[in-house]
Amino acid sequence: MIKVEHLSKHYGKLHAVDGISFEVNEGENLILLGTSGCGKTTTLKMLNRLIEPTSGKIFINGRNIVEQQPEELRRGIGYVLQDTGLFPHYTVAENIAIVPNLLKWDKKRIADRTFELVEKLNLSRSHLKLYPAQLSGGQQQRVGLARALVADPSVLLMDEPFGALDPVTRFNIRQEFKDLDELKRKTIIMVTHDVQEAFELGDRICLMDKGRIVQAGTPVELLFKPANDFVTGFLKEQRLLLEFKAVTLNDIWDLLPNIKTRSSKNAINCNCTVWETLKIITSQKENAVAATNPINKETKTITFTQLMSTFNQYQNSEAV
Amino acid sequence: MNEGQQSLFSFMRQEQDKLISQTLTHIGLTFISLIIAVAIGLPLGILIANKRKLSGTVLGIAGVFQTIPSIALLGFLIPVLGIGAKPAIFALLLYALLPIIRNTYTGIIEVNPAIKEAAKAMGMGYWQILFQVDIPLAMPVILAGIRTATVINVGVATLASLIAAGGLGEFIFGGISLNNTNMILAGAIPAALLAIIFDFLLSQVQHLNIKRVRDVTMALPVILLIFAGFYLIPSAYAGKLTAGFTPEFMGRRDGDLGLRDKYGLKIHTVVISDAVMYKAAYEKHLDVISGYSTDGRLKAYDLVVLQDDKGIFPPYYAAPIVSAEALKKFPQLESTLNMLSGHITDSIMTELNYRVDYLHQSPEKVAHDFLVDKGLFKPATEATGETVRIGSKIFGEQYILAEMYTMLIRGYTNYNVSTKTGLGGTKICFEALTNNQIDLYPEYTGTGLLVMLQADKSITDTLTDKDKVYNYVKQQFKTKYNIEWLKPIGFNNAYALMMRKKQANELNIQTISDLKRYLESK
Repeated sequence: MIKVEHLSKHYGKLHAVDGISFEVNEGENLILLGTSGCGKTTTLKMLNRLIEPTSGKIFINGRNIVEQQPEELRRGIGYVLQDTGLFPHYTVAENIAIVPNLLKWDKKRIADRTFELVEKLNLSRSHLKLYPAQLSGGQQQRVGLARALVADPSVLLMDEPFGALDPVTRFNIRQEFKDLDELKRKTIIMVTHDVQEAFELGDRICLMDKGRIVQAGTPVELLFKPANDFVTGFLKEQRLLLEFKAVTLNDIWDLLPNIKTRSSKNAINCNCTVWETLKIITSQKENAVAATNPINKETKTITFTQLMSTFNQYQNSEAV
Repeated sequence: MNEGQQSLFSFMRQEQDKLISQTLTHIGLTFISLIIAVAIGLPLGILIANKRKLSGTVLGIAGVFQTIPSIALLGFLIPVLGIGAKPAIFALLLYALLPIIRNTYTGIIEVNPAIKEAAKAMGMGYWQILFQVDIPLAMPVILAGIRTATVINVGVATLASLIAAGGLGEFIFGGISLNNTNMILAGAIPAALLAIIFDFLLSQVQHLNIKRVRDVTMALPVILLIFAGFYLIPSAYAGKLTAGFTPEFMGRRDGDLGLRDKYGLKIHTVVISDAVMYKAAYEKHLDVISGYSTDGRLKAYDLVVLQDDKGIFPPYYAAPIVSAEALKKFPQLESTLNMLSGHITDSIMTELNYRVDYLHQSPEKVAHDFLVDKGLFKPATEATGETVRIGSKIFGEQYILAEMYTMLIRGYTNYNVSTKTGLGGTKICFEALTNNQIDLYPEYTGTGLLVMLQADKSITDTLTDKDKVYNYVKQQFKTKYNIEWLKPIGFNNAYALMMRKKQANELNIQTISDLKRYLESK
């Protein structure tokens, strides 16, 4: 879907991005993770030609992006910024309609699509006539997302989309974001410095430092097969929580004791992370939950103690 | 009741037609120049916001324009653009440029970069971003610049009257010259009101809801154009010859009023400052001007004085006028000032003026050379006494006389001297003297008679020669203002109508009556 080859951006002697290559598959969420100045935002902005690379190539859907008019390219790629970048002199409706207007959609089509998105993004129609300044930070970010999604682009670029929000709003929006249908079909590249966010939202993560990719892989790979000390060090602070959030029941399924349950009613899916399972278990009276493996239709009952000891076992086996 | 005591309101009513046409001209001048300034300043501001390297240079140059004194700027422009509306509009345009360029530049570079980036990332092109993002968001700041420029222009446009472009300055400068407070206010109050009204209207526009800014952006050019059109309404009628009279001359009985009364002279007239009038006549922008008979530029520009065959211009013998208090305070002052008496004739004064006005020698050097030549010069003694304050009006002859008096007082007495030269017109000088801001300045008998004393026709008709006039003003000033006229210096700097020598010969015009006959012939 997206293929980046030996991409570099040099500012004089500063190598902001230094010969990186990666690929993103269709429908995948790739997170560019790193501290400020690691080159993640520069990389992102080269994908829609807000920044022109010094060298290297980028292919989207097999087509070299320099072969397209930059404006045309950008109209086909959604873009969400930390500061939303909403036009303060446009109403919410007008903000959402910017790209459709550039694409010369008719009014009816724009209105229908706007209403559809407003519902999906938990906004109300009464918001449409307001100006961005009249909305809360979370609502503004939703409008920003609606604006990026309105023309249904296959690729979405997000530059620290939740960075400006307070922790509570941020958590809620991140949850909604994960559950949003619109986004599940999309190829998303998102920049963040928040490790939690990266692990929660990313199918794969590119950990960057000084313009290079230190390690690219799934959250579990980064945690349990770190490429070097930098990776270990980067994740050290929040390691336990990250492991809880990265490891799913699938990963530890075989290690779980095989306690058959009476019914598979209310059973949770095996794609749940250990963290989510723990949250469900602690909210239940009996301190246990049933989980079903969709592949062999096996159902197991998991208690808090069992889950913890199994997880511990998994940690040890992976760490070897 | 004489004219000076009539109420402002009745003056305005009486001069209603002039007032309306001056106001319309004033608004027109302000907005024509504003439109051009916006048309130039806005793109320039946008350009330097994109090419920041140019911003220093462009803002610097626009800033320099703004620091040029307005009257000097008008002077520079006359050789290039002549007189009338063109140089006035051009000068106003230069003053309006800086606020417009600077605010456009500031407004655009201060647009939130995240918004610009979003616009670009959504696939908007350069012009789309400019017109849909940059300009609308910078609009409040740009409007503030236009507002500043408008207020500046309303003020500076008063000076347009000095170069025959009309406007409310005609009343203001006429009133200052004529010591007519009502006339000054009749020009100044409408000018101030215009500034306040336009400022208020634009401030309302500026604080409009961000959405409405879009409508205003569309409406603004139309509104500006309508106001600019006002300039055309009082369009002047052109004639065979064009006369340029100073604002002072326009309002004086021994000026334009007398010409119409006694001669029945009807000539297409524009109002112009005497600083540029002679040159404008020389360069054929004007055919007839109201000059002074000892003016050096008469010689420099080869002009000829038309004979006043019906005697409307009273004698204007120059003499120092001193407050009686100062004469008491400085016992040696009177005899020192009188030393100059009898030494300067009309032709000597014309020559001295020529050296200052045309050869650009300093009044100080000219005064020094003259005193040395006449054997009057003595080097300055040590000044131990109190300070004599000498004033002068704002033209060369007065500067020369002020310098001569300074040198004489320094040489022959131990008083200190301070000079306050360039006190504008008669009114300012005279007010300064009566309010004890200065002790003396050179004045002319005719001015004393007609401007200060505002003598009735019945009196002026009895004053048939120069001595009668001198004695009358001397006695009246003593009783009315406690001011003394000292001995006349010798020359008569009377008002006179002048033409280019060549043209006067060609048309066979020697007297004002000849001029009238020529104008009435077909």
